[in-house]
Amino acid sequence: MGDVPGRVVRTRVVLGEAAGRRPGADSARVELAEQTDIGEALVKGLVRAQLALAVRLSLVVVAGLGALPLLFAVAPVVGRVEVAGVNLPWVLLGFLAFPFLVLVGWAYVRWAERNEQDFTAVIRGPEA
Amino acid sequence: MNPYVVPGLVAVVLITVGIGVYGLRFARTTSDFLVASRSVSPAWNAAAISGEYLSAASFLGVAGLVLRYGVDVLWYPVGFAAGYLALLLFVAAPLRRSGAFTLPDFCEVRLRSGFLRRLATVFVVFIGCLYLVPQLQGAGLTFTTVTGGRYEWGALLVGLVVTANVALGGMRAITFVQAFQYWLKLTALAVPVVFLLLHWQADGRPAVTPPAGPAFSSATTVVVQQDAVLDDNRTVHKGDELTFAAGDPVPQVSSVDRNDGLGWLLPGGNASLFSTYSLILATFLGTMGLPHVLVRFYTNPDGASARRTTLVVLAMVGAFYLLPTLYGVLGRVYTPQLLMTGQTDAVVLLLPEAALGSGHLGQLLGALVTAGALAAFLSTSSGLLTSVAGVVFTDVLHSTHKTVRDFRLATVLAAIVPMTLSLYVANMDVSRVVGLAFAVAASSFCPLLVLGIWWRGLTDVGAAAGIVAGGGAAMAAVLVTVMGPPLHGWFAQLVEQPAAWTVPLAFVVMVVGSLLTKRRIPADIGATMLRLHAPESLRLPG
Repeated sequence: MGDVPGRVVRTRVVLGEAAGRRPGADSARVELAEQTDIGEALVKGLVRAQLALAVRLSLVVVAGLGALPLLFAVAPVVGRVEVAGVNLPWVLLGFLAFPFLVLVGWAYVRWAERNEQDFTAVIRGPEA
Repeated sequence: MNPYVVPGLVAVVLITVGIGVYGLRFARTTSDFLVASRSVSPAWNAAAISGEYLSAASFLGVAGLVLRYGVDVLWYPVGFAAGYLALLLFVAAPLRRSGAFTLPDFCEVRLRSGFLRRLATVFVVFIGCLYLVPQLQGAGLTFTTVTGGRYEWGALLVGLVVTANVALGGMRAITFVQAFQYWLKLTALAVPVVFLLLHWQADGRPAVTPPAGPAFSSATTVVVQQDAVLDDNRTVHKGDELTFAAGDPVPQVSSVDRNDGLGWLLPGGNASLFSTYSLILATFLGTMGLPHVLVRFYTNPDGASARRTTLVVLAMVGAFYLLPTLYGVLGRVYTPQLLMTGQTDAVVLLLPEAALGSGHLGQLLGALVTAGALAAFLSTSSGLLTSVAGVVFTDVLHSTHKTVRDFRLATVLAAIVPMTLSLYVANMDVSRVVGLAFAVAASSFCPLLVLGIWWRGLTDVGAAAGIVAGGGAAMAAVLVTVMGPPLHGWFAQLVEQPAAWTVPLAFVVMVVGSLLTKRRIPADIGATMLRLHAPESLRLPG
C-alpha cells in the first residue's frame, strides 16, 4: 500500500509507456537508466566487456576440449600415447578436463568482478 | 541378501524426512517455501545445487556406460560438468539480477510477453517430466536389483517420500536435504573406490582390456535376461543359467551392445563424430535450461554471489565425476557378467561385493553405495518436483492470494503425472532419456537465455518462433526416439542425438524472427539491460 503515492508520481512524470511497470523498488534503477545517453552508453560498454570476456573464455574451452574429438579422429595415434600406463584420452577426459573447467571458471569470476568494479567506479565518480 | 542395505536405506529416508520436518519450523510463509527467503549461504547453496544435479544418470548411469562403451562416453560426465561453466559464463549473474524465479518469470521480465510465458511453462513441465520419470524408474530398478522386490514399490516409495517432503517443507528444507545428499553421494562413491583400488593393486593389477577380450575373474553364474545368440552360435533363452570358471572369456551376447578391446580403449569405437559433437552441444548448453537448476539461483543474495556459487558447484560436480569412471573401468575386471545381462547400470551397486567378497567390508560398502543411489533419486526428484510445482503454482493454478495450501496442491498435481508414467513405461532407457532432456533444454531455453541476456534486439515473437522451431523439433525427436519404431542409418543419428541441428536451428530462427519484428523490442530495454548487468550496489542512489 505504501507504494501507491510513488506510483502516482511516476505516471505523471514518465508518461504512459511506463504505466505497466511495477512501481516502488524499481524507481531508482529506472532513473539511473533514463538519466542520460551517457549512462546508456556506459551500460552498453559493460555488457560488451562482459560478453567479450565470456566469449573469449568459451573459445578457450572450445579449443581445449571441443577440438579433442576431431583430433582423435584425424590423428588416431594420439589415442595410443600412454601417460603413466593410461591412454591419453582417458587422462584428458577422465581427469584433466575437470580441473581445466574449474580454472577457466575461476578466471572468469575474477575478471568479471573486475569489469563490474570498473563500471561502478565510473558511475559513482571520484567522490565515492 | 546384504543385511546392511535395509538399515542404510531406512537411515537415508529418515534423515531426509527428518531434515524436511526440521525445515518445516522455518517455513512459515509462501515465500519461505518457494525461495528459502534468500537466506541460504553460498557454501550450503553450492552443495545443494550439486546434490540436486547429481541424479541417477550420474551416480549409476555414467559408470554403466563406461563399463559398456569405454572412452567415448566420457563426454557425458565432462559435458554434465561443463554445462555449469556455460551457465557461469553466460547466465548466472544476470539471471539472478533479473529477479526471475523460474524460466517463465524470465520471459515476463525480459520480453513482457504473456504468450511466451505460457509457452515456456509448457517446456518446463515437459523437461521436468522427461527428467523425473527416469529418476523414479531408476529407483524402481535399483529396488529390484538390491532387494529382489517389485519395481513398482521402489518407484512409488521414492515418489511418495519426495512428494511429502516437498509439500511439507518446501525449498528451505530441501536446501538442507540436498546439501546433505551431495556429501552423502560423494562419500558413497569415494570411500568404496579407495578399497577397490587397493584390492585391484593387491590382486596384481589385472589388465582392464586383456588381449583375448574380457574374462571372468572368478567363478560366476549368469542368468540370461533375454533370448539371444552367443558368439559361439549357441542359442540361449531368458532364464537360462550359464556357469563360467575363473579365466573363461566373456561371450558376446547378441541382445547386448558393447565395445571390447581397442574399441573400448580408444576413441571412435562406436560413436560417430556427429553424435559425439551432438552430445557435447546438448550437455554443455542444456544444463542452463534445466528448470530445477535455474530455480536455485534465486536463493543467492546477489549476482556476484550467484557467480561464486556456480564456481563452487563446478568444482564440486567435477570432483564427483572423477569417481564413476573408475567404477566403470574396474567393473570391466570384476563384474564382466553385466556385459552379458546388459544391466550395466547396476555396476556401481554390485562392484563392492563382487570385488571385495561378501564379507562385512564388501557388504558395508555395498550398502553405502546403495544408500548413495537412493540419495541420488531423492535429491534430483525433489529438486525437479519443487521447480515443476513452482511453475504449476504460479502459472497454471493462477491463485490470487498465494497460500501454502495452494503450493501443496501444486506439488501433488505435479507429482501425479510422472509417478503414473513411471509405473507404465518401465522399459524406457534411463541414461538416454536424461540425455534427451538435455537436448530439449539446449534447443529451447539456452538460446532464450543467452540471446535474452546479451542481445538487445531479441523480441517476443522471435523468441517464441525459436523455441517452437528448435525446442519443438527436439521434443518431436525425443518422442520418436522413446515411442517410435527403431531407426537406422544417418536418420537415426539425427533423431537420437538431435542437439547438433536443433540448437543452431533455434538460435537462427530466434535471431531472424527478432530482426523481422524489430518494432516489438520492449521500450524499456535499456532499463532491463541495466538491471541484468549492473552490480546491485548501483540500484539505490548514493
